[in-house]
Amino acid sequence: MGTVIQAEGLTKAYSGRTVLAGVSLAIEEGETVVIIGPSGSGKTTFLRCLNHLETPDAGVVRLRGVPVGIDHRSRPLPEAGLAKQRSRIGFVFQRFNLFAHLTALDNVAIGPRRVLCLTVEEARQRAREELVRVHLEDHVAKRPSQLSGGQQQRVAIARALAMRPEIILFDEPTSALDPELVGEVLDVMRELALQGMTLAAVTHEMRFARAAADRMLFMDDGLVVEEGTPEAIFDAPREERTKRFVAHLHE
Amino acid sequence: MVFDWRLVRNSIPLLATGLLMTLKICALAIVFGTMLGALLGLASLSRLKPVRWAVMAYVDFIRGTPLLIQIFLVYFALPVVGINLPEFWAGVIALSLNAAGFIAEIVRAGVGSIEIGQAEAARSIGMRHAQILFHILLPQSLRAVVPPTTNELITLVKGSALLSVISVYELTRAGQAIIAVHFAPLEIFLLIAIFYYATISVLAWLSRWLERGLPVW
Repeated sequence: MGTVIQAEGLTKAYSGRTVLAGVSLAIEEGETVVIIGPSGSGKTTFLRCLNHLETPDAGVVRLRGVPVGIDHRSRPLPEAGLAKQRSRIGFVFQRFNLFAHLTALDNVAIGPRRVLCLTVEEARQRAREELVRVHLEDHVAKRPSQLSGGQQQRVAIARALAMRPEIILFDEPTSALDPELVGEVLDVMRELALQGMTLAAVTHEMRFARAAADRMLFMDDGLVVEEGTPEAIFDAPREERTKRFVAHLHE
Repeated sequence: MVFDWRLVRNSIPLLATGLLMTLKICALAIVFGTMLGALLGLASLSRLKPVRWAVMAYVDFIRGTPLLIQIFLVYFALPVVGINLPEFWAGVIALSLNAAGFIAEIVRAGVGSIEIGQAEAARSIGMRHAQILFHILLPQSLRAVVPPTTNELITLVKGSALLSVISVYELTRAGQAIIAVHFAPLEIFLLIAIFYYATISVLAWLSRWLERGLPVW
């Protein structure tokens, strides 16, 4: 057990506009954390800072206690070092971002093959296992353009899983999906949470949050406004801003 | 006005010799220009700013100056700094350098046309810049890169006519030599045009064949 990832005082501004105003969060092993908040509240940027897809202006992210993207003197890590850390942090994007020229199988296998340096056979074997885990065993040979949005997102989850990450970050994983395809993706996420995977998800899916989240954060204006169990956030929010936002979600 | 068919018939072997030279020069320039262009294109995607700037400056120079001046620079200006090239190689090099500039830009734009999300996803699983380029971006950019590149190579073949001014005995020069003796510009220039048109038709057909073979996703 222990803390998997920890953010301390992350700030980020784009051309003078503050997006993150000092966000701290520690995620424990096996925990599922759901982040909600209005658009522009900084939740996506926060998630992207956790694996240094965005470089925070200030603050530090620690993976198992080791700073991400910087060395012990706060200098940026060389590319190889950062890449290695990123391989331990899974990321699932709103728009899936599958590699269009590769089959589902190779989308999942390319990371184990190229980053973890498994043999082609080992990488494909692992990819097959992960695709079974997201219930896509019948679609391994298809390319992204032949898959529905929900299937594409599950391939993306398998791609993250195949790296055997210590945590997976989900950035609005269902908001680009047709309503009838949302369920299959949330089901997979819930299964992962039940299997003890550490997850952090930006999502407004209340059913998922209630069923899977150990903890929820409400963010607004680049800050964590309120933190608590799903019941506390949804049914008895303390802060005025949380109340207003949750009321919108219930509508 | 009489169209001199006998001159036309007699000129064909001479022009064929010139065409052979045009083909030789163009084949070499296509190989070198494409290779150098691909390399420069990759360099323009480097993580090192000075490398990117150097390529940008080169591309800018090639695009911003006439091919004729580039040929003069290679043939007449390089000897001043001690580099003497026979006109054949001066021609090959000038055409290669010119095509490379345009192809570099085609490669850069082609890779840029792949949605940024895929590169981000690749980074998120720990792939490094070079791996992303070779395994994710370049394979997908082929569709965007091949058609404009074959266009550029067709432009190169047409541009080779300019080598006549540094007395490379290629197709255009061979024709001018015949005109100088027989003064038959109508017959000979028409004939030259037909020779070029045939050559370029073959190239255009080849490029369509190549484009059909490109994978679709």
